[in-house]
Amino acid sequence: MSPAFADRLRAYAPMLAAAALLALTPLAISANTVLNAMVLALLIALAGQGWNILAGYGGQFSFGHAAFFGTGAYGTAILQARFGWNAYAAFVGAIGAGAAVGGLIGFLSFRAGLRGSYFALVTLAFAEVLRIVANAAWFTGGAAGALLKLDVRPENFQFSSRATFFWIALGLVTFAMLATRALERRRFGAYLVAIRENEDAAKALGVDTLKVKLQAIALSAAITAAAGAFYTQYFLFVDADIAYGNWISVEALLAPIVGGLGTVFGPLLGALALHGLAEGAKALTGRIPGLDVALYGSLLVLAIAFAPNGLRGLLGRLGRGLSFGRAS
Amino acid sequence: MTAPLLRVENVSKRFGGLLAVDSASFSVESGSIAGLIGPNGAGKTTLFALISGFEKPTSGRILFRGVDIGALAPHKRAALGIARTFQIAQPFAGLSVRENIAVGAHLRHAGRDEALAKAAAVSRLVGLADRLDMSASSLTVAGRKRLELARALATEPTLLLLDEVLAGLNPSEVRDVIPVIQQIRSAGVTVLMVEHVMQAVMSLCEHVFVLAQGRIIAEGSPATVTKDPGVIEAYLGHGAAARLAARERAHG
Repeated sequence: MSPAFADRLRAYAPMLAAAALLALTPLAISANTVLNAMVLALLIALAGQGWNILAGYGGQFSFGHAAFFGTGAYGTAILQARFGWNAYAAFVGAIGAGAAVGGLIGFLSFRAGLRGSYFALVTLAFAEVLRIVANAAWFTGGAAGALLKLDVRPENFQFSSRATFFWIALGLVTFAMLATRALERRRFGAYLVAIRENEDAAKALGVDTLKVKLQAIALSAAITAAAGAFYTQYFLFVDADIAYGNWISVEALLAPIVGGLGTVFGPLLGALALHGLAEGAKALTGRIPGLDVALYGSLLVLAIAFAPNGLRGLLGRLGRGLSFGRAS
Repeated sequence: MTAPLLRVENVSKRFGGLLAVDSASFSVESGSIAGLIGPNGAGKTTLFALISGFEKPTSGRILFRGVDIGALAPHKRAALGIARTFQIAQPFAGLSVRENIAVGAHLRHAGRDEALAKAAAVSRLVGLADRLDMSASSLTVAGRKRLELARALATEPTLLLLDEVLAGLNPSEVRDVIPVIQQIRSAGVTVLMVEHVMQAVMSLCEHVFVLAQGRIIAEGSPATVTKDPGVIEAYLGHGAAARLAARERAHG
């Protein structure tokens, strides 16, 4: 085994191992409710992976990733229902549309030099504008939303088994993890992190910061758009409040922040923990409405207070603690 | 005679009502170490920002190897071979020393392994080799100054602009860094340095430009420049040169 290959194996094996373990879930659990929750958690993980590229690695905090999720969700619905595209082609087209919207929003805001909270507010505004337009325009189906024709056949990207959807979602999440790790190991990733840490210093070292940020937002938007397109394919329905609503902007940033900002596993860890938490809280407090949300909120506060670097950071700290214990 | 590496021609920079640089002209010869000195607020850092592209001149031309670079963005000037350090060190605080230097090295080395190898090589030159895996935020002031130098060097520049790399260092740290700068020059890099530590200016620079209130008021060898009455007045106030000369006559 050559050293270069061993190095690559060390870099990419953890993601593949995690994916292989998770892939066994449907074999152990056949309950549709659990699988459904898992699919949703993976969908949030994927949306969060997109957000994590731009914010976790690039330091550009978006509060409007709904703009990309929604474009993916509507993109695949419109391409199939209005233009008669094949479902898989429409899926890819929707990802492309998401990347284009990302590039456009990035061009307008980064060229104007927006950073920090100003950038966050502008992305929020773009998502809101898209939500209002989608709610009113005829080609999105307006307030009634867009439906995909139910025709359960694999060539239509429609499956009778939830397990199939689960594996597809897991495949997308795994692909995004591998892409994120590849980014970490490339010049593009080094430049992106340099911009997060100090944009002026990056410029002085020859980094074309505008170009790197535009590439990052396009990639970020493409991944989150894939989550949106998957959503439409899974539920066969989308409307403006789902596609461009604030809920997904918040979910997409919460998962990586709880899991570990700017880490490969952060979004997946965070999404699984948050959804596990939400489901657990519901199960515990089933009788009293609203208590599960209160419990969820309190645990979230605790998580952020005691694990400021996310679960990934907490695990790392515990891991170091254990190895110190062994050494002594 | 060959054309100078850097030529600044009648460059002015105005910030609102303040004329920070007032038609400054000077040239830096290839292979030299030149100094830019002057009292606080003279416009030295602004002039550096103009040369490195962080500010655009209000008027005048900046020629690098005979080409006007006045309109280019900072990253394009870095690619041409102009590197700068910041007066207040700007480390990538969340990254290790190695990763910090590798960002600079990536300018000429696309591959990660080559960039990391280059970073290790540069760290030996500036004396950071033993701290490669430390977090940049844990470095001392002297360490951060070395890191500024290392990152700039990793871009393999032709012209290195050093903005007070010795400020804030104690005398023994200054003595450590001076040979590093000499070594950089002997490796073929032209150096233009803004510096207040006169010990360093005297021992390093062949040619010194004195900037006061945005204008170049004197230039020449460090020894001639520091005797120039105009320079003494710029630093110590009006009439200072005459008073000093009178005192010298009285004592002599």
